[in-house]
Amino acid sequence: MRIAVLSGKGGTGKTTVSAGLAAAIGKCQYIDCDVEEPNGALFLHPQIASVSPVEVTVPVVDASKCNSCGRCAGVCQFHAISVVKRKVLMFHELCHHCGACSIACPQNAISETNREIGVVESDEAALFIQGRLHIGEPITIPIIQELKLRMRDDVPAILDCSPGASCTVVQTITGCDYCILVTEPTPFGLHDLKIAVALVRRMDIPFGVVINKAMDGNERMQQYCYDQEITVLMEIPFSRKIAKNYSRGILPVQDCREWQDRFVSLYKAIEGGAAS
Amino acid sequence: MKQVVFISGKGGTGKSTVVASLSRMVLDKMLVDCDVDAPNLHLLVEGERLLETDYFGVRQAMIDPLLCSQCGLCRQTCRFGAIGEDFAVEPMVCEGCGACLLVCPQEAISLRQVKTGQTYVDSTELGTFSHALLDIGAEGSGKLVTEVKKNLEEYKKDEAWVLVDGSPGIGCVVIASITGADAVVAVCEPTLSGKSDLARLLQVAAHFGIPAFVCVNKYDLNSGITKEIEDYCLKTDVPVIGRLQYEPGIVKALQSFQTPVEAGLTHITDEIGRIWSALALALDTEKKDEGGIA
Repeated sequence: MRIAVLSGKGGTGKTTVSAGLAAAIGKCQYIDCDVEEPNGALFLHPQIASVSPVEVTVPVVDASKCNSCGRCAGVCQFHAISVVKRKVLMFHELCHHCGACSIACPQNAISETNREIGVVESDEAALFIQGRLHIGEPITIPIIQELKLRMRDDVPAILDCSPGASCTVVQTITGCDYCILVTEPTPFGLHDLKIAVALVRRMDIPFGVVINKAMDGNERMQQYCYDQEITVLMEIPFSRKIAKNYSRGILPVQDCREWQDRFVSLYKAIEGGAAS
Repeated sequence: MKQVVFISGKGGTGKSTVVASLSRMVLDKMLVDCDVDAPNLHLLVEGERLLETDYFGVRQAMIDPLLCSQCGLCRQTCRFGAIGEDFAVEPMVCEGCGACLLVCPQEAISLRQVKTGQTYVDSTELGTFSHALLDIGAEGSGKLVTEVKKNLEEYKKDEAWVLVDGSPGIGCVVIASITGADAVVAVCEPTLSGKSDLARLLQVAAHFGIPAFVCVNKYDLNSGITKEIEDYCLKTDVPVIGRLQYEPGIVKALQSFQTPVEAGLTHITDEIGRIWSALALALDTEKKDEGGIA
């Protein structure tokens, strides 16, 4: 069972739900795919046993062979190369590692080298893995791909997504059996939930919604889910106590037996197919 | 004209609430929402549409089956696995790099522009407002952000400020959002994750050489971590220009599409006003009127 937790809007409680689920059900794999701002470790306290670099291949030019013809810059779709004053400038952060420039070079002057854009960190048993993008790097997809290669088949996997609904989230939820959409009952939360719903529907992945920070005034959210025939899996109340515990790195499941039971039931409902 | 980008690293820390409040308080400005995959500012800033255009942000390879001899060179060359058994291109996998087109002996492959979103410019009582919506699951969100900022150029009327609502994270969207900014204001919350995310975000701002300021939202939720954040900022030479208290009334106000300004939460809006004055002073504007606040 592979369950991805996403939200559209940031800060709605993806990590509260995904790390909570992982903590509640015990033997499972938690994968933090929010590689720009990974937070799961702050709640799950893994013992990181290995750190592996995530590398991409980028072009390098052999100046002794290059005749500054500019073909490489001409074919690069990502503006990662420019030729200025007979000199080839490479902007490696923009490179998509496609190899088009070396194919295009008539002088065979372009070769490739590895460049690190981030790391993947794992505990001994690979039950906790997380990616971490290096500062100043824009491209996250190769790190998410590396995380997904390490997904285990023998235990349930819980994937914590990044916010939004762009290619990063698509990459994360591809191949998942179920998505949990975490939202909050504000116009912002509802607006972004609709985007997330459209995404999982298009990708044809069964899903349900967790309403976090639930309070009076939820009706619009409830009504939307009812109209759209979306299962509301759980409501977590708006509470200063939960917020305060969260600030210290304590999840509802770690603080209270009742939440532990509720998250276990949530997992069972998803696993049993009752939640789609 | 000074451009200030409100970002947060971690999502949901109150960026849009602060920007929407400032939109009612600061005079003589333009507004931008750079959170193109989950935009929210337009829910609180309404106006008349001046511009609505499709945005073609990526390219995609297309194989002409009539010309294709199925030699397989394209599939061998493609590093993304985007060319399927039947020599059809997988749209969600293709990066549009064009490597396949370079090796095709039949010249059967071309790149076509693909729509990845929509951009909007609105005329509002609060100022000209540029925003966008990325198509569901689309690539190229960073490029769309650049487009949203570019769209504003045409409508400039010598305003003093551009207020930009950013997106969570530190990757391509955030880098595109802060490019060209005069300052970033990191709105953070005093949680372990908020602190960790803020540190990474401030490193990104420093990496690109953009002056950063910090505002701690819900500071009283955990005063210990607020202190740690402020100590960190002191150590790294980043000014903390304000603290907002935990106020459930803000959520209540948002539920009726109101900012703290309309909801009359003066203890919040007074502090947001002070944050703005501190920022305007630090950026040393030519207009010495504390940033032209209403």
